[in-house]
Amino acid sequence: MSSTISKSALLKGMRHGLPFMLVVAPFGLLFGVVATEAGLNIAQTMGLTILVIAGAAQFTAVQLLVENASVFLVLAASLGVNLRNAMYSAALVPHLGAAPLWQRALAGFFTFDQNYAASALEYETHPEMTVAEKIAYHLGLAAVIAPTWYSSTFVGAVAGTAIPPEFALDFAVPLMFIALVAPAIRRPAHVAAAVTSVVVALLTVALPSGVGILLAGIAGMIVGARVELWQDRAT
Amino acid sequence: MMANDATIWLVIVLLGLGTFLIRFSFLGLIGNRKMPDWVLRHLRYTAVAFLPAIAAPLVIWPAATGGTPDPARLAAGIVTLGVGLWTKNLFAAFFAGGFVLFGWQMLPI
Repeated sequence: MSSTISKSALLKGMRHGLPFMLVVAPFGLLFGVVATEAGLNIAQTMGLTILVIAGAAQFTAVQLLVENASVFLVLAASLGVNLRNAMYSAALVPHLGAAPLWQRALAGFFTFDQNYAASALEYETHPEMTVAEKIAYHLGLAAVIAPTWYSSTFVGAVAGTAIPPEFALDFAVPLMFIALVAPAIRRPAHVAAAVTSVVVALLTVALPSGVGILLAGIAGMIVGARVELWQDRAT
Repeated sequence: MMANDATIWLVIVLLGLGTFLIRFSFLGLIGNRKMPDWVLRHLRYTAVAFLPAIAAPLVIWPAATGGTPDPARLAAGIVTLGVGLWTKNLFAAFFAGGFVLFGWQMLPI
């Protein structure tokens, strides 16, 4: 039965989701604090967290809202940050593509870095899993990770209103982005993409908020892809 | 200056919708067709291409100092990058940078 959810796979997913709580909760807290410090109220902070479930994109949106960038540019830059999810979506198709539409929609809404990585690994090591089990496992991970994200954001949002400005929390966003990127820089193509991005962002800083990020992001992607191609040809 | 309430809600709803469409894209609409290699190759670099673009200007011209370069924030940014490259551990990198930033502010200068 492909339309029912496999209970044992769901529970297994939830169990495997537990360690991610430790990773996700601090970010949720930080996002709640930063968003309310920036001037979002608790409803807006939670709305963003519940609908988007993507830390980096949420931080980007808040940063650009503070800089009063146009709606188009806030969306373009934040969605740019989220584009890697298209890659996850494509990678899940061979595993989840045969599931009913509503299950694929649910799995799509609840796909983020952590459960994509865990699901991809589980499907690879257990190729005997049925489609129903794979869906259940993916949603089981999300059933633990998403509520952790939501509740930690809420705690951060409530606490954020009480933290005095001399704590320099404005700087949490750039530090976190650097901390997210640095471990991902492994190959020359990553270095090329990141350096291009920094150079273009600094050169375009006088343009309206968000324009530079968009140009730098696109330039970084093109250069990264180009260098990867050269490297592959050289080997 | 923070955007107004209506703008914020518009961004929240559209960003939620856009993010869902990205995540649902291949699972829902495109189905089992294979993505061209050149698309996948570009998507692999979204994180390393977009995040530095947001961080770099904030490190060099911080909002908190009115856009004047600040040695404490520059040092914190460099330490975060260095520890992140070295340990590949995001929390180690973040807290090392935070430690430098707060430590610097404690110095009697």
